[in-house]
Amino acid sequence: MKKLLQNIYSYLDSRFMLSGLMEFAKKKKVPEHKHSFWYYFGGICLFLFILQVLTGILLLLYYTPSVDAAHESIKYIMSQVKFGWLIRSVHSWSANILIGAIFIHMFSAFFLKAYRPPRELTWITGFFLLLIFLAFGFSGYLLPWNELSFFATQVGTDIAGTIPLIGKHIKTFILGGPEVSGATISRFFWLHIGILPLLTVIILGIHVLLVQVLGMSKPIGIPESEVKEVPFFPNFILKDSLGWMIILALIGVLCVFFPWETGQKADPFAATPLGIKPEWYFTFMFTTLKIVPSHIFSVEGEVLAIFAFIIGGILLMLVPFLDRNAAKERRSPVFSLIGWIVVLYILVMTALTYLLP
Amino acid sequence: MIIRMRVQKIGKLIYSSSLIILAISHLNLSLNAQRNSCIECHKELEDKLLAPVETFKMDIHQQFGISCSDCHGGNPSEEDIDLAKDKTFKGTPKRSRIPEFCASCHSDSSYMRRFNPNLRVDQLDIYWTSKHGQLLKKGDTRVALCTDCHAAHGIQAATHPKSWTFPWNIPETCSRCHSDKDYMEDYKISTTQWDEYKESVHARALFEKKDLSAPVCNDCHGNHGASPPEVTSIAFVCRQCHPSAGELFSQSPHKKAFDEMELSECGACHGNHKILPPSDEMLGTGEKAVCIQCHESDSKPYQVASQIKDKLDAFIEKINHANYLLEQADRQGVEISGPKFKLVEANTALILARNLTHSFSLTEIEEKIEEGEKVVVEVIRAGEAALREAEFRKTGLIIATCFIFLLSIAIFLKIKQITKKAPNESR
Repeated sequence: MKKLLQNIYSYLDSRFMLSGLMEFAKKKKVPEHKHSFWYYFGGICLFLFILQVLTGILLLLYYTPSVDAAHESIKYIMSQVKFGWLIRSVHSWSANILIGAIFIHMFSAFFLKAYRPPRELTWITGFFLLLIFLAFGFSGYLLPWNELSFFATQVGTDIAGTIPLIGKHIKTFILGGPEVSGATISRFFWLHIGILPLLTVIILGIHVLLVQVLGMSKPIGIPESEVKEVPFFPNFILKDSLGWMIILALIGVLCVFFPWETGQKADPFAATPLGIKPEWYFTFMFTTLKIVPSHIFSVEGEVLAIFAFIIGGILLMLVPFLDRNAAKERRSPVFSLIGWIVVLYILVMTALTYLLP
Repeated sequence: MIIRMRVQKIGKLIYSSSLIILAISHLNLSLNAQRNSCIECHKELEDKLLAPVETFKMDIHQQFGISCSDCHGGNPSEEDIDLAKDKTFKGTPKRSRIPEFCASCHSDSSYMRRFNPNLRVDQLDIYWTSKHGQLLKKGDTRVALCTDCHAAHGIQAATHPKSWTFPWNIPETCSRCHSDKDYMEDYKISTTQWDEYKESVHARALFEKKDLSAPVCNDCHGNHGASPPEVTSIAFVCRQCHPSAGELFSQSPHKKAFDEMELSECGACHGNHKILPPSDEMLGTGEKAVCIQCHESDSKPYQVASQIKDKLDAFIEKINHANYLLEQADRQGVEISGPKFKLVEANTALILARNLTHSFSLTEIEEKIEEGEKVVVEVIRAGEAALREAEFRKTGLIIATCFIFLLSIAIFLKIKQITKKAPNESR
């Protein structure tokens, strides 16, 4: 048996250079210091993404992406398919936790200034991954074709439609027509299970590769004496897997006590229900657009807010090139302060969404 | 050249001045033609004489361009009161003449067609058939006339929610006279109808659910031809909206008995103005049961009434149990929309069985209940299965969590072991 395994290994090794990889893995070290805790969120994101892929594939076995059958197929999964409720609930809960984990991962990297050279591309690929997962969330939300998801998509795309000149075209392109319809569910489905996974595999591949090649960044200002280095295999990976276990147990509890609801089937002819809101991770933008004055300096407030978010996003992506102090291994308190203001803004706006009438 | 230009300028000036003068004089003429001296004078008056000016602003007639003089005559373009009240002036009609006064237009189909071709023109003829009209003909001017129900100058279309004749305002309109004890004393009729109606299922539908199809006074008594329905016609009034119950009753043995005893069909059990929401308590032989009003305790119908009630109660209990199971399962997160939808079928069977009580046929009611019970049994099974599923999930969670916990401990111990082996990694 042992000989057989050795033979298989040497067969694969001669073709995939496994011994080289093993050697790399053995030598790979991870810095350990008082902020190391935040490193684990990267691993948690990866773990949740794997859960997404696995449960997503299983859901595909029964889900039908059409106006007539989407909601029915979800109901079927939830009530008739063995463990269907679990698969769908794991998919939905882990998707939400994943986006939360991505935000934490991004902001921890931001405050630890992990974006400074030579890790600019790690940051940029991470930024694109955030956008991709937000798109995953937006497209996946419509697929159950229930009242809430239908009108939230309508409201979400209406916002995109307010962008001057191109807004209407963008909205039509997203929806496949002037409003949410069968064409929308069809293209959202293919976006969700085809285009976005492909983009994720490519960008996530680059992101992980860069992390492996460049290693993890050490925070600025921590004396070398306070930074230990521990082997990636098995020390770090074991601690990482401990985090995964906790997350898995949490998801299990959520799925059993709060299975993801099916809701009422969407009725395109019904009036938009009161208090409709998008998924929680879009609510800070949604509330901003709701409370922004109708006109600011004779420019439409909503349009201005959308531009502010676009510019804010671009600046966030370009932060490795803007923060010159961090690039020179110096503290950059201004960027930290801006970061905290942004975090506070997101938290306050998200809270207001659920507190405001 | 300069002189020529100046002449041209003066010419233009004269031309434009003439135009302005012409426009002003035309405007003055138009104002004279549109003058309404009725309103101008009454505006300066007080109380009763001022009121029409204010109320007429929202009157439907005013919206159609009908002015004071179209009803009251006179010449409103004259400023002088004597000239305004010329030979065509009719003034305020006598109370006894109001129906004809309104009918002079409202019974003229060719005239009414100009404003509202759908409006009936036989109101006066119908009015004379009403109790009000008959008494008026006898010289009683205290009875309701057009203006008592529609107002005199603030008349609004019956479709306007503020109109006195809009469904939810009708009970109050009628009650202005019919709830006034002193006013109704001479007529020897009850004045409690409005108070009773307020407690009825119909009032609840109208005022709480804003269901405009719920019956109000005129739906049973008529409007222009208002009169109290006779005992024999009450059932037909109710059948307008409850044809199925009426049909079942007509085929039942009660029909003949009620006719012989001169009892009003529906009213005998449900009442008239205070028609309370029907309840199962009305059936059977309990305190609130209506059956015991006529049937003696040792009679066969008494026993049938008791059996009908028992059957219905047992069926309702099963439905409630099924509902309870589904609610429990739903609270525990199990998808139960299928069985819940199925339970609607059982509720429909219950509604039909309740309606069948108007036939007083135990066999028919039993058949319907049996139909429903088959569905309820299915739903109860589904509910129980859903609860078992909820339990299974919790057990599964406990096992999985224990497994994860053990695995976590193993990982934790492994980490400890590794850290012990190499306490000082390279710095």
